[in-house]
Amino acid sequence: MSTQTPETETETETETEQASTTPHQDRRLAEKRARADRGEAERSAAAQEIQGETLKLKVFRFDPEIADKQEPRFDSFVVPFEQGMTVLDALIYARDEYDSSLTFRHSCRQAVCGSDAFFVNGQQRLGCQTQISDLERPVRVEPLPHQDVVKDLVVEMDHFYDQMEAVDPFFDPDSLPEGELKEQRQSRENHEKVKMATRCIWCGACQSSCNIAAGDNKYLGPAAINKAYQFYMDEREGEQKRQERLEIIEQEHGVWRCQTQFSCTEVCPKDIPLTEHIQELKREAVKQNLKFW
Amino acid sequence: MYEHDVIVVGGGGAGLRAAIAADEEGADVAIVTKLHPVRSHTGAAEGGINAALREGDSWQDHAYDTMKGSDYLGDAPAVDSFAQDAPEEVIQLEHWGMPFSREEDGTVSQRPFGGLSFPRTTYAGAETGHHMLHTLYQQVVKRGIEVYDEWYVSQLAVTGEDDPNDRECHGVVAWDVQSGDIAGFRARDGVILATGGPGQAYDHTTNAVANTGDGVAIAYRAGVPMEDMEMVQFHPTTLPSTGVLISEGVRGEGGILYNSEGERFMFEYGYATNDGELASRDVVARAELTEIAEGRGVEDEYVYLDMRHLGEERITDRLENILHLARDFEGVDGLTEPMPVKPGQHYAMGGIEVNEHGETCISDLYAVGECACVSLHGANRLGGNALPELIVFGARAGRHAAGADMPEPKIETGPYDDAEREELGVPVGAPDSGEGAVEPAADGGPSVEGGVASSDPESVVQATRDAEAERIETLLEREDGVNHADVRANLQETMTENVNVFREEEGLEQALRDIQQARERYQDVYVGDKSRTFNTDLQHTIETRNLLDVAEAIAMGALAREEFRGAHWRAEHQERKDDEYLKHTLVSWNDGEPELWYRPVLLEGDEGTYEPKERSY
Ligand SMILES: Cc1cc2nc3c(=O)[nH]c(=O)nc-3n(C[C@H](O)[C@H](O)[C@H](O)COP(=O)(O)OP(=O)(O)OC[C@H]3O[C@@H](n4cnc5c(N)ncnc54)[C@H](O)[C@@H]3O)c2cc1C
Ligand code: SF4
Ligand code: FES
Repeated sequence: MSTQTPETETETETETEQASTTPHQDRRLAEKRARADRGEAERSAAAQEIQGETLKLKVFRFDPEIADKQEPRFDSFVVPFEQGMTVLDALIYARDEYDSSLTFRHSCRQAVCGSDAFFVNGQQRLGCQTQISDLERPVRVEPLPHQDVVKDLVVEMDHFYDQMEAVDPFFDPDSLPEGELKEQRQSRENHEKVKMATRCIWCGACQSSCNIAAGDNKYLGPAAINKAYQFYMDEREGEQKRQERLEIIEQEHGVWRCQTQFSCTEVCPKDIPLTEHIQELKREAVKQNLKFW
Repeated sequence: MYEHDVIVVGGGGAGLRAAIAADEEGADVAIVTKLHPVRSHTGAAEGGINAALREGDSWQDHAYDTMKGSDYLGDAPAVDSFAQDAPEEVIQLEHWGMPFSREEDGTVSQRPFGGLSFPRTTYAGAETGHHMLHTLYQQVVKRGIEVYDEWYVSQLAVTGEDDPNDRECHGVVAWDVQSGDIAGFRARDGVILATGGPGQAYDHTTNAVANTGDGVAIAYRAGVPMEDMEMVQFHPTTLPSTGVLISEGVRGEGGILYNSEGERFMFEYGYATNDGELASRDVVARAELTEIAEGRGVEDEYVYLDMRHLGEERITDRLENILHLARDFEGVDGLTEPMPVKPGQHYAMGGIEVNEHGETCISDLYAVGECACVSLHGANRLGGNALPELIVFGARAGRHAAGADMPEPKIETGPYDDAEREELGVPVGAPDSGEGAVEPAADGGPSVEGGVASSDPESVVQATRDAEAERIETLLEREDGVNHADVRANLQETMTENVNVFREEEGLEQALRDIQQARERYQDVYVGDKSRTFNTDLQHTIETRNLLDVAEAIAMGALAREEFRGAHWRAEHQERKDDEYLKHTLVSWNDGEPELWYRPVLLEGDEGTYEPKERSY
């Protein structure tokens, strides 16, 4: 199926009669043809009826397996615009109405699963959280930069996950209160201090926006350092783990690589003050009188 | 072929907790999940997690509230063990570092929630699920549990005895979404399904796009009954344009519902004179729709939820996430404006029939979380009772699968000979298309349903894998036909129209006819995308098939249950009929012929028998 010019595409019904059909199959095929005809009629009517406001979506396409898509390109889709429409809504429309092979990750559509970070009009954003009405048109949707593209808007996330896991992203206190039903008390102040850091949804937008991460594959990157911050700053963290964690973040490709360009902070859909957190950890490292690189 | 002791399908709260528990018992565990674990829908839960933690509260009170909330369709052994285990499980999360909201003295905060006699809902802002999911995933990372993420499980490897009670599960078949490779996963000790809810059967839902009832459908086709599927929870406060949820925490903190006349209708029209906005969800959802039907809705569609009077400080402290949701997804500033809300599909009380250890009637096959029905929530789930369910029953299933000693279960599972069966008189199940005409895709694949006749576990897994590969091949080879998105849209429409908050006999029959038609269309489904790489078209096509099975059972159960209980309201039957319907609805697949039957509710608990009482608010 051609995907070059989806906005003008009309599907033709190419069902051929099969010799060995049973009466049941004949009936089904007849019904199917009727439905398909109706479908086509409705579809072309719908295409003409998109009289209200429309929106042009230019979407990056690539598939290593399909000859037609091995050369990266952009496809345009014309989508009816409604107030309140998000970039994700528009992509879903294009996929369901024009080209079922259009591929992107998405799930929660409420900015909490972190799967639909794209490069929209030159900035990392969550598709579901971005209102079309806030964007200049045509809207250009590309995969996150500095990540390998698997297909269309889907990027390889393994490297991002590896970096997250490199900082031991888990709580590890020295001891727990006596008694199974006793909680470890945490002051409200301390809870407030780490609160923003705990909001990360692992979307990868910050990593993708970071020049340093782009040039240095080993740099832990803002999301991973923020994870470390969450646990390091928790007053209940065990002393030994604190030390270990500090060693991880002040290693050669750790906090000192950050050049405070703020791009991560700018794109984070959860408003996490990433650059500040990195700076604070640098200060911690200095206080602990550890290595400078 | 991959091989592990325990294979957990799904990386949401239930799956992660099960994996940790099995790991703690010394098993070699793997999680196979179609989304990376942190993308699971548990992350969207907002309001909180119930457990009796404080003086003045008790597990007995929690159990009582749960049973009453269930409208006496809960099974006492499930309800009691739930309320007993919940405190320890919640504190366990706290010990794993979950960032709960805190009181001045540093203890975790609790707040009131609908239907609870004590403010026992522990929370982390209005993003409790996000924190719970991440806290659990952190423990999975810490333990080095193997995770196969972005692997889609499409079939169970089950032996082929005639009676489902005699079958055994030896593993699953899954494909790697990124490469398209299809592989068998052999589970030496057990498979735990934790695949979440089927919200996508409806078009206005709080659920993620990934919530397509996969686990329920594959277990059903392998012979496990679905239980109480008609019991669908509609949440009263979802944003009208998207279905995004506005947490019950807003009402818990004192949020107020108004109609278009500015009347506080929960009190003024007497829907729940004692509890007002904090009545159970079914009660509030019906009240809102009644207001709208009687012309007191805003734009004939929604009502208002107002939290402005709580003040900026309290709102940002406890409900900050709600401000973001209302702004980003409805363009409303919750600090200065009331928020528009209407009911939306939210939660499946029913699911895969299991006992209190998560076991199904097929040996070594378990289910936990929203995909399972241990009969905890009965006809109506209380807000804040799903998250503790994930960890309580997740932990139990994980332990049991890994071989821990556990007491004899009190809940029975699986079809039995003298069960009371019922005919509906509307065609259901695999459509009759004449000899050999049923397309393999519509039927679920050649030779696999009902299992493989072999006693060697590896051959069972291998044979299932090969049959599944063939089915997928067939689907991909078709050059044209119907797009699954159209079938799914038809299905969602009829479910929303006919099997919603208010239900009528005629509508329910219509839904079943529409589902049958959708099944027929599905026989001609084709996958436009021919690539093996990240083929979401293929994945959504298979998910749509799963939704058909699940939706059908919902509609069947709803038509057969001629009474009004909890979330299940019937126009023609406006009373709870305890003499007739203190029983669970079960639907068994029986090789393409869904069969509906019943099993009595268990009301005898650890401390006496729960006596059904009128629910009043
Ligand atoms: C918006 C919202 C708010 C809620 N708020 C609350 C609340 O405040 N308190 C409360 O108690 N409850 C709440 N609930 C209910 C509760 O969050 C859910 O019931 C619960 O999180 C479900 O968890 P789960 O682990 O069963 O499934 P999920 O978290 O949905 O996880 C399912 C997992 O299964 C995997 N999966 C699915 N199909 C396949 C397949 N075919 N192959 C491989 N993997 C598969 C997915 O990748 C995912 O990892 C809320 C629900 C919603 C929707
Ligand atoms: S820190 Fe922000 S941008 Fe980075 S991964 Fe987390 S949520 Fe996304
Ligand atoms: S779809 Fe989940 S973050 Fe956008």
